[in-house]
Amino acid sequence: MGRIAFLDANAAVAEAAVIAGCGFYAGYPITPSSEVPETLAKIMPERGVPFIMMEDEIASINACIGASASGVKAMTCTSGPGLSLKQEALGEACIMEIPLVLVDVMRGGPSTGLPTRPSQADIMQARWGTHGDHPIIAISPCNAQEAIFETIRAFNLAEKFRQPVYILTDGLLSHLHAKVYLPDPEEVEIVERAAPTVPPEEYYPFDYNYEIPPLAPWWTKDGKSYRYHMSSLNHDKTGFPTVVPPFIQWQEKRLISKIMNHIDEIEKFEYYKMDDAETCVIAYGSVAEAARVAIDEARKAGIKVGMFRPITIWPFAEKQIRDLREKVKRIIVVEMNLGQYILEVQRAVAEKIPIYGVLQAAGIPIRPIQILEKIKNPEKSVEICMTEEELKKFGGGE
Amino acid sequence: MGYRYELRFGGVGGQGSLTAGTMIAEAAVFHTKYYATQVPTYTSQVRGGKAKADIIISDEPITFSETTNVDFFMTTHQSVYDAYRGDLKEGAIILVDPALVKNIPDEDRKKYKVYEYPLIYTAKHEIGNVVTMNVLAVGVCIGLTHVLDKEAVREAIKDRVPPAFLDLNMKAYDLGLEVGEKFRKEGPTKK
Amino acid sequence: MAKVNYANYLRMEKMPLYWCPGCGDGIVLKAYIEAIDELGWDKNDCVMTSGIGCAARVTGYVDFHTLHTLHGRAIATAVGIKMCHPDKHVFVFGGDGDIAHIGGNHFLHAARRNIDITVVFIDNWNYGMTGGQHSCTTPLGVRESTAPRGSYEPPIDAASAAIGAGATFVARAFAGDELRLKRYIKEGLVHHGFSIIDVLCPCPVNFGRRNKLGDPVKLMNYLKSLCVPKEKAEKMSPEELEGKYVTGILHVDDKKIELTDSYKNLVAKAQASDEYWARYATGRLKEEDKYPITREELKGLYPYDVETPLKKWKKL
Repeated sequence: MGRIAFLDANAAVAEAAVIAGCGFYAGYPITPSSEVPETLAKIMPERGVPFIMMEDEIASINACIGASASGVKAMTCTSGPGLSLKQEALGEACIMEIPLVLVDVMRGGPSTGLPTRPSQADIMQARWGTHGDHPIIAISPCNAQEAIFETIRAFNLAEKFRQPVYILTDGLLSHLHAKVYLPDPEEVEIVERAAPTVPPEEYYPFDYNYEIPPLAPWWTKDGKSYRYHMSSLNHDKTGFPTVVPPFIQWQEKRLISKIMNHIDEIEKFEYYKMDDAETCVIAYGSVAEAARVAIDEARKAGIKVGMFRPITIWPFAEKQIRDLREKVKRIIVVEMNLGQYILEVQRAVAEKIPIYGVLQAAGIPIRPIQILEKIKNPEKSVEICMTEEELKKFGGGE
Repeated sequence: MGYRYELRFGGVGGQGSLTAGTMIAEAAVFHTKYYATQVPTYTSQVRGGKAKADIIISDEPITFSETTNVDFFMTTHQSVYDAYRGDLKEGAIILVDPALVKNIPDEDRKKYKVYEYPLIYTAKHEIGNVVTMNVLAVGVCIGLTHVLDKEAVREAIKDRVPPAFLDLNMKAYDLGLEVGEKFRKEGPTKK
Repeated sequence: MAKVNYANYLRMEKMPLYWCPGCGDGIVLKAYIEAIDELGWDKNDCVMTSGIGCAARVTGYVDFHTLHTLHGRAIATAVGIKMCHPDKHVFVFGGDGDIAHIGGNHFLHAARRNIDITVVFIDNWNYGMTGGQHSCTTPLGVRESTAPRGSYEPPIDAASAAIGAGATFVARAFAGDELRLKRYIKEGLVHHGFSIIDVLCPCPVNFGRRNKLGDPVKLMNYLKSLCVPKEKAEKMSPEELEGKYVTGILHVDDKKIELTDSYKNLVAKAQASDEYWARYATGRLKEEDKYPITREELKGLYPYDVETPLKKWKKL
C-alpha cells in the first residue's frame, strides 16, 4: 500500500527510482529534466542515500559508474545535449557491464536545439550514441503512472543484465501532472544484483562460466570483501586488459547475446484495438496517447485501425513488427522526429507492406487530428497543424 | 463521453496564476472522485515570461491531455490573454483583471462570457497581501463555475498554503467565492 | 623500520611493471605502498580509481578494489564511490594529462567540495603513453612530439590551482626524493578532506630524449635542480623562483567541512522531518498513512493492457 500523488512524469520517475532502491544519484541541471534532480534532492537525503549535483554531465555519469561498480544502484538524468556528453561513459558502463539507469528527457536538436519543447529526437542517439558494438535497453513510458512502473522495471533490468538502461521521456510528458499511485517498495518486484556464488579468491568479474557473470559488491552485507579490477579497455575474465582476439570476440559477442537471448523478458509492448485492424499505427511515449485519441475517432468512423505501442524501444521489437506484415495492410509510424524508429520498422518490414510516417520535429506535440488525417488518407503528407492565431503565440507566423 | 471540464490559468512568470490552477487540479485529485491533469507551459524567461497551466477535470481516466475546448480561462496579463485564448469553447467563461487586461475585443465579449474583477487590487488592499491573488482567483473560479465542490477546494488550499498564511488565504477564498456567486447570478460584466 | 612486504599490496602476477626504464612512476608506487603499510590500513578497505595514461596503470598493480576508468574521469568516479562508502579509503592515481588537463574540471570541483579523496598527481610534463605530446604542465619552450620547436603554451601550476579551488591538503614532492614523497603521501592519506600530492616525475623516454635529457640520471639531476624546498623558497625572490618547483606541504586546512560529513548532517536534518521517505527510512511509517488503492482505481490511473511490477496486480 503506497501513496496517491499528483505529479509530473519527471517527479514520478524520481519517486519511482527511490522506490526501486536507487542508492546514488549524480546529475547536472538541464531543461526539461530539472524536476528529476529537484525531487531527488528532497527525497534522497530523507531516505538516507547520497544525492550529488556534479560539475558537469560527464562527471555525473562517471560518479554513477563508480557508485554502481561498488555495489550501489545508481541513476543519472539528462536531456539531448547532456546525453551526447555522457556517451563515452555510457560505453564504459556497457563494456564493464555496470548496471545503470539513465533518464533522458528528450528535447529537440541538434545542438542546444529546443530546450523547453517536446521531442523524441534521441531514439537513435540512445541506440548508437556511444562508439563500438554494444547492446542497449531503452524504455519509453507514455504517462506518469507508466513512468513509475517502468522506472522500477528499468532498475530491475539494469541489475539483472548488468547493463545500462535508458528511460526516454519527453518535455510533454515531463510537464504533464497527473494523479498517480506510488507503491511502497515492499509492494513491487525489485531485482537485486545477483550475489557471487564463489568466495572472493575464486571470483572473476567477467567469469567465462556465466552468460551474465554476477557483479560482486566490493563489500557484502556479511562482511566479505571482493577485491578485483575492472578496466574500460577490452578485458578478459579477470577484468584486466587483453588484446587476445578470441577473448575480445567472445566478450563482444556475449555483450550482445546476454540481451538478445533474453529478449522476451525485456520486450514490452501494448496492442491497442489490433484484433481486426487493417491499419497499424506504431507510436511510443507521449505520442502514443495522441494516437489513441485518433484511433478512437477513426473507429467511430468505421476505420479498422489499431496501435502497436513499443514500451521497450531498444532492443527493437523485431519479431512483433515482422508479425505485423501478415496481420495488417499498412503501417503508420508516428514520432516527434524526422524519422528514427521508422528506419528500424522499414528494415524489419522489408517492403512487404507500405509504411507511412507522421514525422514532426517542430517543437510541438503531434495532434490527434494529424494522425487521424493520415489514417484516413495515408498517401497524403501531414503538415504542421496550427491556425494562424496559434502561430501568433510563438511571436511569428508572418 | 462523461463529464469533462477544461480550465486555463495564465499569467506572466511570477504572478502565481499557475499555482491557482494547481490548487484546483489537486482539489480534484485528492478531494473528489474526478481525474485531473495539469500541463504547465512556460518559457525560459523565469520572471515576466508568458505562462499558462491547462487543467482537465474528468470523470474518466484522461489519456491524452491536450486542451482544445477550454471552458474557463483566467488571466492577469494582456499578452497572455492575446496569446492563449485560441482554444476557447464558444460561450466559455473568461475572468480577467481589468487593470492588466484592458483590451478585450468586442467580438470576444459576444463570443464568450467575460467577467472583470480587480484580482490584484483586491488581494493587495482588501485582503492585505498580494500573494493571496491566486487563492482569490480560485475562489472566484469555483463560485462562478461550480466545477468542483467548494469545500474540496478549500481542503486543497489548506494543503498548499503555509500555516502562517492560512487565515489570510481562507479570507481570500471566501471573498472569491462570494464574488463568483454574485457574478454567476448577475452575468458577464457589461461594457 | 620494519621491512615492507610489497608483495602483500601488489598483484604480483602482473609484474614486471609496464613502465619504461628510468620512469619515476615505480618510485611513487613504492613510496605509496610504504605509506599505506605504515598506516596499517587493511587493503579490503582501500579503493583506487585511475583514468588513462602511464600513471593510471597503477590500479592494475595494487591489490585493492580498483577501477581503471575513462581518460580524465578517475576523480569523478572516485566521488561516486566515496559518497556511497564514506568509511572507506578512496585514492586516485593519475598523470598531468589525466588529472589536470582533460579531467581538470573534476579535479577543481573535488577540491572545492573537500571530499576525502587522496589524489597522487604524477606530473611528467607530457602524455607519455600516447607518445610524448605536450600537456598542460609542459613548461614553455620544452620540446614534445606535438611541440617540435618547444611548447608555446604557458603551463598550469596544479598545486596552486588546487589551493585556489579549496583543497585542504596540498603537497608537492619530487620522485627522486622518496623519503619525503612517502611522508607527504602518508600525511595526505591521513588528512580528512581532499588531498593532493603533486609529484614531479621524470619521463626519460618521451620527454627526456627530446630535450637532451634521455639519460635517466641526468634527467633526475635536472629535475632535482628545479626543486626548492618550501622553507628555502620563502626567502627567495619571485625572479629567483622563476621556473622552480617549490616542494613540501604547501597548504593544510583542517577547518573546512569534509563533503561526506556535510552530507551526513543533511541526512540527519532530512530524516528528522515528517516526510514520507524520512518516516519510511526511520521506521516511523504507520499503516494508516498508506493508501489502500483498489484494483479498479489503479486501472483508472493506468488503463493499459500490460503488466505492472506490482506483486499483487501483475496484470490489471
